[in-house]
Amino acid sequence: MTFLSTIKAAALSAAMIVSVALPAAHADEQYFPLQSYRVGPYAAGGTGFFGGFIDYLNLINIRDGGVNGVKLTWDECETQYEVERGVECYERQKSHAGAAAWNPLSVGIAYAMIDRITADKVPLITVNHGRTDSTDGRVFPYVFPLLLNPYSETSGIVNYIASKEGGIDKLKGKKIVVLYHGSPYGKETIPIYELLAQKYGFTVQQIEVPHPGNEQQSQWLTIRRAKPDFVVLRGWGVMNPVALKTAVKVGFPVDHIVGNVWSNSEEDVIPAGDAAKGYTAITTQASGNSYPVVQEIVKTVYGAGKGNLEDKSRIGSVYHNLGIVNGILNVEAIRVAQEKFGHRTLTGDEVRWGFEHLKLDPAKVEALGAKDLFHSINVSWDNHEGEGYVTFQQWDGKKWNVVSDWIAPDWALLRPIIEKSAEAYAAEKGIKLRTADDADAVTTN
Amino acid sequence: MAAITSDFSFMPVLPKWVVPVLLLAFAYGVVPLIGSSYLFEAILLPFLALSLAGVGLNILTGYAGQVSLGSAAFMAAGAFAAYNFNLRVEGLPLIGSIFLAGIVAAAIGIVFGLPSLRLKGFYLAVSTLAAQFFVQWALTKFSWFSNDSASGVIDAPRLSIAGVALDSAIGRYLFALTIVAILTFLAYRLVSSQTGRNFIAIRDNETAARIIGIPVLKTKLLAFAISSFIIGVAGVIWAFAYLRTVEPDGFDLDRSFQILFIIIIGGLASIRGAFFGAALIVVFPLALSRLGGFLLGDLFDSGVLDMSQRIVLGALIILFLILEPDGLVALWDRIRRRLLFAWQST
Repeated sequence: MTFLSTIKAAALSAAMIVSVALPAAHADEQYFPLQSYRVGPYAAGGTGFFGGFIDYLNLINIRDGGVNGVKLTWDECETQYEVERGVECYERQKSHAGAAAWNPLSVGIAYAMIDRITADKVPLITVNHGRTDSTDGRVFPYVFPLLLNPYSETSGIVNYIASKEGGIDKLKGKKIVVLYHGSPYGKETIPIYELLAQKYGFTVQQIEVPHPGNEQQSQWLTIRRAKPDFVVLRGWGVMNPVALKTAVKVGFPVDHIVGNVWSNSEEDVIPAGDAAKGYTAITTQASGNSYPVVQEIVKTVYGAGKGNLEDKSRIGSVYHNLGIVNGILNVEAIRVAQEKFGHRTLTGDEVRWGFEHLKLDPAKVEALGAKDLFHSINVSWDNHEGEGYVTFQQWDGKKWNVVSDWIAPDWALLRPIIEKSAEAYAAEKGIKLRTADDADAVTTN
Repeated sequence: MAAITSDFSFMPVLPKWVVPVLLLAFAYGVVPLIGSSYLFEAILLPFLALSLAGVGLNILTGYAGQVSLGSAAFMAAGAFAAYNFNLRVEGLPLIGSIFLAGIVAAAIGIVFGLPSLRLKGFYLAVSTLAAQFFVQWALTKFSWFSNDSASGVIDAPRLSIAGVALDSAIGRYLFALTIVAILTFLAYRLVSSQTGRNFIAIRDNETAARIIGIPVLKTKLLAFAISSFIIGVAGVIWAFAYLRTVEPDGFDLDRSFQILFIIIIGGLASIRGAFFGAALIVVFPLALSRLGGFLLGDLFDSGVLDMSQRIVLGALIILFLILEPDGLVALWDRIRRRLLFAWQST
């Protein structure tokens, strides 16, 4: 009898503790569900990006005690970049209270989540990638391809090539070959290259490299016959170093190859060895560890033994810095939303409002210790990309050096195409276009 | 006790339909009431889709003895065909597009089944690989299949039957459950029919089957067609009810292997086996990852955890196949026999 009553009392008090303590514990926490990938073919990108993201969240917790006292929490669920694992992780992690935003870093997983996060009203961040037409906030209220969508990236690359040739009018009659990865990601920019070629009068030839791309002899022989002025490398993973090595083999000058935003990391050039010397690639965030925010992470987070990267030499690498920039964008969106809704755990919809008012001008970026790490962002309710600037970096055999100013993609040219595509999606799915007033209606609990 | 025992001694001779009917009643009546969204979205929907694919492959491999590594290609064909019928044929009900998608998958199955007339065993498995690579290549190469969507990824249409929307997790679950139940019943009827016996005859001894007058060519192609039809419909469930999006990459060789493992682990030439195998393949890794995350999540990062789960899973599967080569079905039957025997002897 005594045993039973002890159990009963224990159960009762446990229930009391849970019912009382849990809301209290969550009252000042904001949770990040991280669908990360640390194994599988894309682990290099996953460990770097999520490492940087976690490092920045840790920095905010250790240095500032959270965002205005609201502590940041997270847990990881391994996706291996596979869609169904990502969906399982989503279902597993969404029951956690106080989710701020989803950052799967996978086009496939992001596509599968669009319906789900829209129903659950939590933002989905696809920094530097994702579905181009989700830039249109009228149709995709919860999806944010922050900084750079694939079309802007294309425009940035073409503008850079134009500046190398001495102006946009000099593109006329030039020839550009796009070597793209045979996947949904690789194909996303085919129509926009055709369109820009028509507009600026250059010819474009787009050549597919079947996944995974570890054999490219025939593609590069075709390129040699075509004698293009520039080759744009739109690769992923092992395809990139193989492309650089094969280019050297067929005698194509590597400094006339321009890499896209997923062909721009140390992991893409180091395996190619000397063949990569002189290779240029686009980026939204410069590489290197000299930026104050990276230095603070080294001092505060790694100094306390809480750093996420096992290999310390990867601190400040392209993927790590992208993770840090992604951390800055997420945290600042929370800060913006907190100013409006109060310094407390926010709902997903409140964080969405925060992202839609996320405006970091260069001065603000400097105050965050990220001057020159990335340029600026200006998100609004109907522009979910936020006008990110791009820059170009050249590999010297040891490190990336920035070789251009910050370049603005031609947003005015791209916007009508994006809107057309988004409206077609809305019609197909029966979505009513959102207005500015709809965007200000926020679910607060 | 004796009286009770004699009352229950008729258990082994219960009519065969009782257990499936009870299970279905549970699945329709109880599960929707108690299930959480996680249960439907992450466990039951992939389980149902993979079970159905397993049933389809079991007809071809388990009953008719033709090894195939092209299952994922037939799933992809079904998914993309259903999407295109739904998109391009005005007024075609969802069920109509699913049926036609099955037909398309069956047609592709017949084409890639033709080598089976000359090739056997591993050689046939290798030639069905052609289906795997060809279908994936064609779907990526020709953007018409994905309605010229820029990235080649398509969104599933809204699910509704006779005006009833089925877009919620429970709705999609019931939708998938109904299709799986119907097709499984038909498959069950098929394998106990004359055609099913022809399949087995060809599997066990093709020459003997030919001598007793079984049309080998026709029967093999029929097995490919029916199997691909079912797998194609499973692909539709995978794309429309489970993931709600579909890209060719999702139907890669790994998926084909997964389905093959399901029927090997579950039990070849057994309809139930596909369900046992799918349950193991879907639930076991999740349980293991939950357990690993719960016990060791604070000590290791998710990559290390995931790697160790793979090792454990692989070791368990090897161990299991050594101990019970006939699959989970055989294990289950043995346990049931033991239990009944123990019951009766008390």
